[in-house]
Amino acid sequence: MSTKTVEINVAQGREMGPGGSAVPSPLAPFDIPEPDLGGDRMLINIGPQHPATHGVLRLVCELDGETVTRVKPDIGYLHSSFEKLGEYRTWNQIVPLTDRMDYLAPLIYNCAFVMSVEQLMGIQVTERCKVVRVILMELDRIFGHLLWLGTTAIDVGAFTPFLYSFQQREKIYTLHEALTGARITTSATRVGGMMADLPEGWLDDLLEFLDRFPKTLDEVDRLLTGNQIHIGRTQGVGAISADEAINYGLTGPNLRASGVAYDLRKDRPYYDYETYDFEVPIGEHGDCYDRYLCRMEEMRQSVRILYQAMARLPEGPINVEDPNISLPSKTDAMSDMESMIHHFKLITEGIPAPEGDCYGAVEGSKGELGMYVVAEEGGTKPVRWRVRPPSFVNLSVIPKLAEGHLVSDLIMINASLDIVLGEIDR
Amino acid sequence: MSDDAKGGLDSVGDGPVSSDSTEADPTPSSGDPSQHASVAALIERFGDAVLRHALNAGDQWVVWVDHRKSHEALAWLKNDAAHAFDMMSDVTAVDYGQGRPVEVVYQMYSTTHGRALRVRCPLPHDALEIDSVYDLWKSVNWLEREVYDLFGVTFRGHPDLRRILMPADYAEGHPLRKDFPLRGRFSRAEQTRRALNQDVDRFYVTDEIEHAEPQQVGAAEVGTLPASSKASGESV
Repeated sequence: MSTKTVEINVAQGREMGPGGSAVPSPLAPFDIPEPDLGGDRMLINIGPQHPATHGVLRLVCELDGETVTRVKPDIGYLHSSFEKLGEYRTWNQIVPLTDRMDYLAPLIYNCAFVMSVEQLMGIQVTERCKVVRVILMELDRIFGHLLWLGTTAIDVGAFTPFLYSFQQREKIYTLHEALTGARITTSATRVGGMMADLPEGWLDDLLEFLDRFPKTLDEVDRLLTGNQIHIGRTQGVGAISADEAINYGLTGPNLRASGVAYDLRKDRPYYDYETYDFEVPIGEHGDCYDRYLCRMEEMRQSVRILYQAMARLPEGPINVEDPNISLPSKTDAMSDMESMIHHFKLITEGIPAPEGDCYGAVEGSKGELGMYVVAEEGGTKPVRWRVRPPSFVNLSVIPKLAEGHLVSDLIMINASLDIVLGEIDR
Repeated sequence: MSDDAKGGLDSVGDGPVSSDSTEADPTPSSGDPSQHASVAALIERFGDAVLRHALNAGDQWVVWVDHRKSHEALAWLKNDAAHAFDMMSDVTAVDYGQGRPVEVVYQMYSTTHGRALRVRCPLPHDALEIDSVYDLWKSVNWLEREVYDLFGVTFRGHPDLRRILMPADYAEGHPLRKDFPLRGRFSRAEQTRRALNQDVDRFYVTDEIEHAEPQQVGAAEVGTLPASSKASGESV
C-alpha cells in the first residue's frame, strides 16, 4: 500500500508572515501507512445540484478511499442552444444572448461580441466608446473575480470573505443598474457603439466605488493570503506546469498562475490596451493558491486601469455617425423622414455584413473569450456565431488536475478554476 | 430549393436552409501570403493541399487545408520551431447549408512568435470525418466532442468521442446543422413523451467509468436510490 505524505510548503519563495518570516505550518507533516481497505473503488456523484459545483455541474468520481482516482465531469444541464438561436437573429439582437452566458461578468461578453462583429464589418468605434468599453470590461473583471473570491472562500470554510466581496459586488450591481437598467442582463452594447452613453453622475459613483474597494480587497487579503487553513487547502493542490497548461488550453488567471504571461490585453491588444499602464500578475507553481494570488492582483490592476481610463475618457459621440449602423435618436426618428427610414431599415433588416469570418478575442474574467462570427455577403444574421468559451476549456482540465487528490481537494480545484455553467453549456 | 434563407417564424418548423442542394462556389484567395510567415511556409510545403487563403476582418489570416492532410499540416505547424503554434484556442465547425461543405475551423496561436492563424478544413456532407488532433493538443478534447455532438463530425482517433452538451440518448440529430429546425426534429408531443419516459435511474448508475465493476461500486444500491423519481415519471 502506498504511503501518502502531506506536506504544506509555505516557503515557496513567498513572503508570508510579517517581517518576511514564513508562517509555520499548521499541521505537522505526517507519514502514516494507509490501512489496507481491500482496494475496492467507490463511485460517487457530486452534483448536478450541489452548492460546491458552482452551477449545474455533475462530477462522477471514482474513489480509492478518500483519494480521487478518476473524475468525469458531465455537463449540458443548462444547454440553451444560444449559438443556434443566434443564427435566427440580427447582429444587434444577439447581444442579449451574450450576457446570459456569463451572468457573472455580462458586460465583458456584450463588449466582446460587438467588438468581433465590428471587426468583421470594418467599423471603427469612436474614441469615447473604446474607453467606455474598457471601463465596463475592467469593472466586470472585478465583478467576476469577486464572485469567485467569495464562493471559493466558502468552499474552504471561510465565510467572511463571502460577505465582504458580495457587499462590493452589490455596489457594482448598482452601477450596472444605473447604466443599463438591469443588474445582471445588461445588454449594454450595440454594433457601432453603446445602447446609451454613461448616465450623469455615473463616473462619480464609479470613482466612489474605486476609492473604497481596494480597502475591502486588502481586508480580504489579510483574511486569506496568510491564513494557514487557506494555505493548507490550496498550496500544492491541483498544480499544473506551464507547458501542460498551454497544451491543455488553460487561459486567463488559470494559465498565468502556471507562470505563462499570456494576457490578450498585452499580447493581442484591443481597444488600445497597450497604452494603459498595468501589470500582468503571474504565478509560479500553477496551484490553487497561485490562481488565488493572480486573481487578487488582477483586481488591483483593474482598479489601476479604471483610474487611467476615467482620466482619459474623451468627450464626443459614443456611437459611430453612420445612419446604416447606429439608430437615430428618437426625436429624429419621429420628426425627420430620412431618420425614420433609417430607423425602419435598421430594425427590420439589420446591418449587412461582408462575406468572411472574424475571431475576436478578449481577455475575459475567466480566460480567452473568443467570439467567432461567420457571415455571407450582405448577411444581416450570422451564418455561424461561435463563442470560444474559456471556462468550458478550463473545466475540461479538471480530470488532469484532480486525479490523485482528495475529494475535498477536488472541490477546491473545481472552485479555483472559476467556472460559470451558463457559458459552459451555452 | 429556395435560395433565400427563411427567417422569423417561417424557419421555426424547418431549418433555415436545406442541406441538400449543391452549388459550387469557388472563392478566390485574397491577401498576400508573404506577409504571414506561417501561411507562406504552409503553401510552400503542402502545395495543393492548401486549397486557398484569405485575409479576413483586417488582419486575420485564414487558410483552407485539404481535410486528408489536415493532421499532417497541423502537426507541422505545431512542431516546427519556426511556427510553434502551441496553443489551440478553439475547434469548431461551420455549416453553410445548401450542400456546401461543413468546415472544421481551428483557431491557433503561437505564444513563442505571437502569431495567430485560422485553419479551415472543408468536409463533404456525406463523409463528415477528420483526424483528431488530440494527440497534439489536449485542449481539443471537449472541443472536438462538441463539434461531434452539434455537427456530427467524427474525429478519427479521439479517445472519448461522446455527446457532450446534448443528452447521450438524444435522438433528433445534430442541432447546429443548417437543416435542423430550431425547435427540434420531433413534435412537441413526441419530445414530451420521450422526456417523461426517460429512465431517470440510468443517470444515477454511471456507465462513464467502465472499469469499476458493478458489484464493487454497489451499483445495485445506487441504482435503486431514487425510487421517488421512478414514480414521478409515471405520475406526471
